[in-house]
Amino acid sequence: MKKINIWAWIILFIGMIYFFLPLISTLEFSMKMIKDRYTFEAFRVAFTDRVFFERFGYSVLWALLTITLSTLLVVPTAYWVHWKLPKARPFVEFVTLMPFVVPAVVLTFGFIRLYARPPFFLNDRPILLIAGYIILSLPYMFRAVDTGLRAIDVRTLTEAALSLGAGWGTILTQVIFPNLRVAILSGVFLTFAIVMGEFTFASLLAKPAFGPYMEEIGSMRAYTPQALSLVSFLLTWASIGLLQWIGRGRVQEQVAGAH
Amino acid sequence: MNVADNLSKPPVKKMNWDWVGVAPFFIFAIVFLFLPSLSIFYRSFQANDGGFTFDNIIALFTVRDIINAYKTSLQISLITAVGGAVFGFLLAYAVVLGGLPRGIRTFMSTFSGVASNFAGVPLAFAFIATMGNAGLVTRWIEGIFNISTRELGFSIYNMWGLSIVYMYFQFPLMVLIMAPALDGLRREWREAAENLGGNTYHYWRYVAFPILMPSLLGTMILLFGNAFGAYATAYAFSGSFINLVTILIGAQIQGDVLYNPGLGNALALGMIFIMGLSMAGYVWMQRRAARWMR
Repeated sequence: MKKINIWAWIILFIGMIYFFLPLISTLEFSMKMIKDRYTFEAFRVAFTDRVFFERFGYSVLWALLTITLSTLLVVPTAYWVHWKLPKARPFVEFVTLMPFVVPAVVLTFGFIRLYARPPFFLNDRPILLIAGYIILSLPYMFRAVDTGLRAIDVRTLTEAALSLGAGWGTILTQVIFPNLRVAILSGVFLTFAIVMGEFTFASLLAKPAFGPYMEEIGSMRAYTPQALSLVSFLLTWASIGLLQWIGRGRVQEQVAGAH
Repeated sequence: MNVADNLSKPPVKKMNWDWVGVAPFFIFAIVFLFLPSLSIFYRSFQANDGGFTFDNIIALFTVRDIINAYKTSLQISLITAVGGAVFGFLLAYAVVLGGLPRGIRTFMSTFSGVASNFAGVPLAFAFIATMGNAGLVTRWIEGIFNISTRELGFSIYNMWGLSIVYMYFQFPLMVLIMAPALDGLRREWREAAENLGGNTYHYWRYVAFPILMPSLLGTMILLFGNAFGAYATAYAFSGSFINLVTILIGAQIQGDVLYNPGLGNALALGMIFIMGLSMAGYVWMQRRAARWMR
């Protein structure tokens, strides 16, 4: 048993180095802006750029739009699959796995070739961007909501509501949504983390966002990109931390990401 | 979402009304997932004059840039899938069965969740700060061995460097998936093996590994696809220095770099094909793994 323990510690140690060394390096690098001294000058420069707030604001806006629309699309669908249409489950699951089969860069390619041209011109507005983000969010959203629905008795709740005279709108907003709050929130935080740093869709569809901004800054300046990286990391950390705190005891299975 | 709204009232004739409830979801999927994919498929077989052709598909196997791009993408995906799976498994094993303090388990699962989602531009910058020309590790190595990595012609902006970067989100994903699978190994199985006279080797060789194999392979396939479809990380890390399929498709979007729109579509189709195969493999392995996970 003792031998195993030593190996476990060694492997854990290597893992920790892999986890933390890039973060420590990034912090150290970002603090070297002024020669021979460690300062937070790079952070000051990053946070005084007006464009930073503009692009960051856009990303927040895209994230909120994605979260709203994705929730509106996934929750009723998942609910309906549980309550009326278990037959549709394989098809819905198939769709939610598709972001893995069609990566963001390929989907963008399809979008542009099909919808950014006459007669559609959909890329004049952020429609394609949000649609792409919704597709990205589907695996997380659906899984989270599906797990949530398994935990509640959909049939009894629905029948009780129906026999009390509730309509479908009332059932969804007054019964199903409140019961799924935790499940939806965990999907929401993951979606938020993904959209905030997303680069592929925003860059190739030429829409303003935080991801492409970081890349632009990276090709123009030293030090500040690393400061922004840490901001982005903290954002991911906060989202995932909140997610795990909310969904304590649940296993978050993940399929695709915005790499 | 105008398109989806306008289409969301399909003609309903003698059909099962229950399907109407899921119509918005499927209409959205058709418009923004299947039609774009279908158009890539269709145009892959379209010549510049609009006629049918196999030329684009044949070109996938004959144009050198494209072959190299697929080769590099496949290599990186294989290296980081196997590497990520092996190290992720060892780490999951250490945390779940290695007798480490309980707090480490919680910490590790949070950190794996963060790291597996920490990708793209910030990840690339983090590694440039770590092992780029002025990176922390680079300076350490230069200081210790008193050498100049630049003079030695050493560069991290190649396949191996990118593999190291990808590993940052690869092995945490393995930890996330393998930890519950290792939890699923029951104490009784080990005791049964011991009662039958088996030692640790026998237990792992004949009991634990066969049970874990589908999860292991399934996750490895998942990691493979994870790396194969990655664009943002590679682009931010090395620009278009490393010729990956995703980088080539990105370049094709920004301007017809292949001077042949049909070929761009075929390139994307090849990607969908490989990703589709790996997804099918993953789902199949998941089913097999589910037998033991109750």
